[in-house]
Amino acid sequence: MKRNFKQVWLVASRELRDQLRDWRIIFPMIALTVFFPFLMYYTARLAVELVNKYGAGLMGERMVPFLLMVVGFFPVTVALVVALEAFVGEKERGTIEPLLSSPLEDWHLYVGKLIAGTIVPLIAAYLGISVYLTSLWVSHIPLPNSSMLAQTITLTTAQGVLMVSGAMVISAQSTSVRGANLLASFIIIPIALLIQGESILMFWGSNTILWLAVFGVTVLSILLIRLGLAHFRRESLIGREIDILNFRFMWNTFRKQFFGTARHPSDWYRDTSNTLYQQRYSILIVIVIGIIGAFSAYFYAVYKMPFLLESAGQAGIKDIISEVKQDLSFEAPQLSFSYIFLNNLRAIIVSLIFGVLTLSVGGIMAYLLNIGLVGGVLGLSGGLGYSPVMVLIVGVLPHGIFEITAVVITSAAILHMGVMLVTPDPNRTMSQVFIESLANWSRILVGFALPLLIIAAGIEAYITPMLIAHFLR
Amino acid sequence: MLFSGGTGRQKLNISFVSFGISQFFVFDISLKLVSQKSFLSPDSQSTFIPVAEWSRGEGQCFQVGHWNDLVMISCYDLSKQFGEFWAVDGVTLDVQPGEVLVLLGQNGAGKTTTVRMLTAVLTPSRGWAKVAGYDVMKHPSKVRSLVGVLTEQHGLYARMTAEEYLDFFGQVYGIDPVARRARSNYLFEYFGLMQVADRRTGEYSKGMRQKLALARALIHEPPVLLLDEPTSAMDPESARLVRDHIADLRSSQRSIIICTHNLTEAEYLADKIAIIYRGKTIIQGTLDEIKQKLMGPAEYEIRLGGEWSLDRLRLPENIRVTSRGSHGFAYQVDQPAVTNPIIVQNLTGQQVPVISLQEVPRSLEQIYLEAMARVEKGMAL
Repeated sequence: MKRNFKQVWLVASRELRDQLRDWRIIFPMIALTVFFPFLMYYTARLAVELVNKYGAGLMGERMVPFLLMVVGFFPVTVALVVALEAFVGEKERGTIEPLLSSPLEDWHLYVGKLIAGTIVPLIAAYLGISVYLTSLWVSHIPLPNSSMLAQTITLTTAQGVLMVSGAMVISAQSTSVRGANLLASFIIIPIALLIQGESILMFWGSNTILWLAVFGVTVLSILLIRLGLAHFRRESLIGREIDILNFRFMWNTFRKQFFGTARHPSDWYRDTSNTLYQQRYSILIVIVIGIIGAFSAYFYAVYKMPFLLESAGQAGIKDIISEVKQDLSFEAPQLSFSYIFLNNLRAIIVSLIFGVLTLSVGGIMAYLLNIGLVGGVLGLSGGLGYSPVMVLIVGVLPHGIFEITAVVITSAAILHMGVMLVTPDPNRTMSQVFIESLANWSRILVGFALPLLIIAAGIEAYITPMLIAHFLR
Repeated sequence: MLFSGGTGRQKLNISFVSFGISQFFVFDISLKLVSQKSFLSPDSQSTFIPVAEWSRGEGQCFQVGHWNDLVMISCYDLSKQFGEFWAVDGVTLDVQPGEVLVLLGQNGAGKTTTVRMLTAVLTPSRGWAKVAGYDVMKHPSKVRSLVGVLTEQHGLYARMTAEEYLDFFGQVYGIDPVARRARSNYLFEYFGLMQVADRRTGEYSKGMRQKLALARALIHEPPVLLLDEPTSAMDPESARLVRDHIADLRSSQRSIIICTHNLTEAEYLADKIAIIYRGKTIIQGTLDEIKQKLMGPAEYEIRLGGEWSLDRLRLPENIRVTSRGSHGFAYQVDQPAVTNPIIVQNLTGQQVPVISLQEVPRSLEQIYLEAMARVEKGMAL
C-alpha cells in the first residue's frame, strides 16, 4: 500500500513541479490569491456601507460570506484548465506513452493527476480566503460566523474537486485538447448554475440547504472520480486519434440494445422483462428511497401543519377546501386525461435529464421530490382533518398503483445507468455503456411505463376525482 | 533452470534441482520470502522470472530461472482490431535472449501497434504474447516493468532537467536512490549528456532528446527492449554510438525489437528480420534466410583474365549461370563452400586465369523492395 501511495505521489509531484514552473499558471494564481481578495474586500466594504445607509444591514451581512465564496471560487477555476489537459495534453505533446509503458497502474496515474490538478488551485483558494478575511478583520468588518466559514471552505473544496474530477473524465476520454476545451462547457454551465443557486441560498440564509448542496456536490465528485477510474483506458489514450460523432454507431448500439434479437412483440416483452429483472436491485433501492422519502415528507408536513394552520386562520382553511372541491370538477383543465398523462411523462423525462447530467443523482432527487409530494399531501390532509389512510386509499392508490410503479421502474433504470457508468467494464466504452443504458430505460418506458401511465391517467382523470369528491362530501 | 521452489502458506520450501549460474541465489531466495509470486521485484531489479507454476496442496509452486533460459519475446497470432480495421493481423514472433529482431514495413503497416501490444499498452484482439515469461494480458504491469521502451515520439517533459527526468523514471521503476544516481550518471556519460544533464530538456536538440529518451528506456536495465526508430533525428556520430550501444546490449543477452525504416541500420543490427505488410508478417527469418527465400541462392561473380567463351569452359552442373560476358560470368550455387573451390580448380586446370571470385552483394534494401513488389503484385514470397 505504501508503495502504491508513493507511486501516486510520484505522478502528482511531477505534475505539480511542472505546474509551478509554468508562468501561465503561476501569474493568474498570484493575482487571484493576492490582488483579487483585496478587490473583494473593497467591494464588501462599499456594499456594507451602502446597504447600511439605507437600513438594509442584513444584505450587507449576507454580502460578506457571498464574496468569501467568490474569493474561494475564482482560483478554483484554474483547476479546470490544468485538469482538462491532464491526459489529452500529454497525449498531444507525446509524453504520455512512456508513462503508459511504465509499470504504473491506471489508478496511480489517474489519482496522481487528480491530486496535482486539485492541490494548487485549492491552496490558492485558501490563501485568497485568508487574505480576504484578514482584510475584513483589519477593517473591523464583522467576519462570517464559524459555521458559515466552515461551510464556505467545504463548499470551495467540494467545488474544486467536482470541477477537477469532471475535467479529468473529459481529459481521459478526449482525443485532443481542443476537443476537451469544447467539452468543458459540460462542466462550466452546471457549475455556473450551481454557483447561482448557492448564491441565492447564501442571501436567503438557508444554511441547512447549503449543507445539502455541499453534500450533493461531494457525492457527485466521488461519482465522477469513480466514473473516470472505471473508464480510464491506456488504449483509448493511445489508440483514438480523431473526434467523430459516429451517429451510425450510436444508432446501431441503441437499436441493438432496444430491440435485442426479438422477432415478435412477445419476444421483445420477454427481453424487456429480463431487463427489468436485471435491474431488480436498483428497483429495490429506489423503493426503499421512496418509502423513506414519503415518510419523511409526511412527518415534516405533520410537524409543520400547526404553524401553517395558525398562519392561514379558520377562514383560510375553508377557502382552501372549497378551492380543492372546485378543482375536482371534471371540466377543470389540469385534470384532463391528456394533461395528467403528459405531465407524468414530462416528470419522468425531466428525471432522466437530471439523471444523465448528474450520474443518476439528480434523477433520483427528482423521483424523491415526486414521492415526497405524496407523503407531504397525506401529512397536510391529516392536518386539515381528513384521515391520511382514507386519502391514500381513495385519492392516491387507485391511480398511484400504476403511476408510482411507472415512476419507480423508470427511476430505477436511471439509477442503474449511473451504476453501470461507474462500474469498470473493460469490454465496453463509456459511450457504449451510456447508450445501452439509455436504450434499456427507453424499452422499460415503452414496454411498461407508458401503458401504466395511460392507465393511471385514465383513473386519475375519471375515477379518482369522483372518489375524492365523494370522500370530501 | 536453476531451481524449483514452493510456498506453503507463508513458508517457502526450496529444493535445488540443478546448479547453473549461482550468483543470484541468496539474493533472490530472500526476495521470495517476502513476495509470494513476484520473483522480479522492481525494488531489487532481480532478473529471475517464473518459467512455470503449478498448484500442489495448499501451496503454489514455481520453477524459476534466469532470463537467459527463455524465449524472451514470444507471440502467436497476435492481432489488433480498431473498429472494423485490423491494424495487426496474426503476427507470430520469437526473440531469444541476445537477439535483435528488426521489424520492417511501410508507415501504418502495424509495427508500432505490435510493439504497443508487447508493452501491454494495447490489448490484443486475438492471439497471445508473452514477454519475459509473463502474459501481456494477465500480467501487464509485470511486463511493463521488464521492458524498456523507446517510443515513436521522444516523450520528454520540456520543463524538467535531464537529471530530474531520469530520476523520475528511475523512481517509477522502483530503483533505489543510490542505484538511480549511479545508473543516470553512467547513461549521461555514455551518451555524452553529462555536461547538459542539468539543463531543461526543452532546450535540447533533437538528437540529444533522442539520446535521453533512449537513456530513459535503459534506466532500469530491462531484459527486453522495444525501440521505435532509435536513431531517427540523430547525427551520424550519435547514430553510430546508439547502434554500438544496442550491439552491446545484445551482447549482454538482452532481447531487442527495433522498428526502423533505416535499412542500413537494420542490416547492421538484425539477427532476424520480419517484414510486416498491412498488419501481416509476410516474411521473417535471418537475413541470409530471407535473401535465399526471395532472391534464391547466393550469387557469385568470377572475373577471368582475357576473353573466354563460357560454352567452352567445363563447369559443375549444379550451378545456375545468371549472367555472362567475355571476361567472366555470374552464377548461383546452393553450397558455395563445396562448389566454389571446384569451379576455381576446374578453371585453373583449363589454364583459364581467375582474377577474382566474389559474392555479389545483395543489400537489405533490394530484398525489402523485392518483397514489397511481390506482395503488392499478389505474388507468393
